[in-house]
Amino acid sequence: MLIHKKSDVIPSEITSKENFENRRNLIKAAGASLLTASGIFTGLVSSTANAASGRQKINSYAKSKYGAEEKLTPYDDITNYNNYYEFGTSKTDPSIESRLFKPSPWAVSIEGAVKKNKQIGIEDIFKLAPLEERIYRMRCVEGWSMVIPWIGFPLAKLIQWAEPTANAKYVEFISLSDDLIMPGQRIHALDWPYVEGLRMDEAMNPLTMIAVGLYGEVLPNQNGAPMRLVVPWKYGFKGAKAIVKIRFTETMPKTSWMKAGPNEYGFYANVNPTVDHPRWTQSSERRIGGGLFTPRIKTQIFNGYAEQVAQLYTGMDLNKNF
Amino acid sequence: MLKITINSLIINNKKLILFISLMPSFRLIYLGINNNLGANPIEFIERSTGLWALILLLITLAMTPIRQHSGINAFAQLRRMLGLTMFFYTCLHIVTYLVLDHWFDFEEIGKDIIKHPYLLVGFTAFMMTVPLAMTSTQAMMKRLGGRWKRLHQLVYLIGLLAVLHFLWLVKKDMTEPLLYGAVFFSLIALRIAYKFRGRILSTRMG
Repeated sequence: MLIHKKSDVIPSEITSKENFENRRNLIKAAGASLLTASGIFTGLVSSTANAASGRQKINSYAKSKYGAEEKLTPYDDITNYNNYYEFGTSKTDPSIESRLFKPSPWAVSIEGAVKKNKQIGIEDIFKLAPLEERIYRMRCVEGWSMVIPWIGFPLAKLIQWAEPTANAKYVEFISLSDDLIMPGQRIHALDWPYVEGLRMDEAMNPLTMIAVGLYGEVLPNQNGAPMRLVVPWKYGFKGAKAIVKIRFTETMPKTSWMKAGPNEYGFYANVNPTVDHPRWTQSSERRIGGGLFTPRIKTQIFNGYAEQVAQLYTGMDLNKNF
Repeated sequence: MLKITINSLIINNKKLILFISLMPSFRLIYLGINNNLGANPIEFIERSTGLWALILLLITLAMTPIRQHSGINAFAQLRRMLGLTMFFYTCLHIVTYLVLDHWFDFEEIGKDIIKHPYLLVGFTAFMMTVPLAMTSTQAMMKRLGGRWKRLHQLVYLIGLLAVLHFLWLVKKDMTEPLLYGAVFFSLIALRIAYKFRGRILSTRMG
């Protein structure tokens, strides 16, 4: 015998599946925002299966032709072996010390030789140009290298938006300086804030990019969240992290590393196996991710990007302009 | 009474002390087997063996001042064993560099050492440890007589070069090498102070 019992919930009170899922997503997004960013990225990014890690997927980006043939360095190596002195001088410091760092809200000021000073929020930077994945080699001046699938867009797009004047010969990148959240800055290993720079034509080269992510996810704090510079034919230290200011100048910027060791670190810092460094051999490099018996590999001029960038330096003495 | 107890404790537990001083190398083997040496395992081994060579050098150098100030003679008997343990770590350090890091590419290695002062200094220090290790036996001590002591005074130069090697290899944050340097110079100062004290005593007695 079947007993029919009338439901005591009237149909109009039932939450539709769509609404239910929207709410769940909102709650998820709110949870993720507590861990990492405030909810302004909603739509652009979403938390990964393991929301507790704070890792967020970037929802849409295009694959690109750059470096598809290279074997990627494992995610764990890219995110646990970092030179990021704002969070400590040991390679393993940044992943630990940057856990509480909040890359959002975030604004970047545009200053100097521009039509007009401006500010741009990180959520608008995500929308400035179509995001694409580019697999680049990264060669550190210390003689090791990685292959990293960055997500971002050409710096040229940001420069176009910034509208520099004809006086702009160089671009200066200034990173965040705040020793309350960046414990490494309490030691004056470098002259804070971290300053890097490029010549205008280097900055406009299609290879130069602003990265906001890697491995399909929002840039981890230890890799320079929320946005960093990537210049694949130069040594890794040129890639300023956590950028808060971009200034266009007429004269060559004095970078943090130039101040720290003028005979060791030059403005150009192009990867060059024939120009030796006082400490490290530059003719070969160790690819991170190999085992104990993986041999070193030969370092290539301009880190293998000579075809795209060598013309920038014709007629220049690379031994002097190191 | 206490002095005698400590004395016999040291003499009876030399093997245990040796075992303890070898623990950092067991740790490396353990981490290596478990694939736990980090993103750059070769650099990890180079750093670790280099650091432990320096630490053992400092411990070895500490034996004489400790003996002098405590009056416990057994400490002097640990010098050879600890010094050889230091040599063991130094060899691991060099082998890691020559074999794992550069895979016997002697042309590259030669260039690397000559061009980079920190390597030149480190390599020189290593070369100096070899004759010391070779003449560490009782028989060699007897054969060399007075010259043995003069030869083994090289250890002070080795210590100085080792600290310099560490200092020059660090990119920016010099805290750690300076700390080891401070320990090294304190140990030297203790020796000088002891000698000086002896002189005051003898002038007074004279």
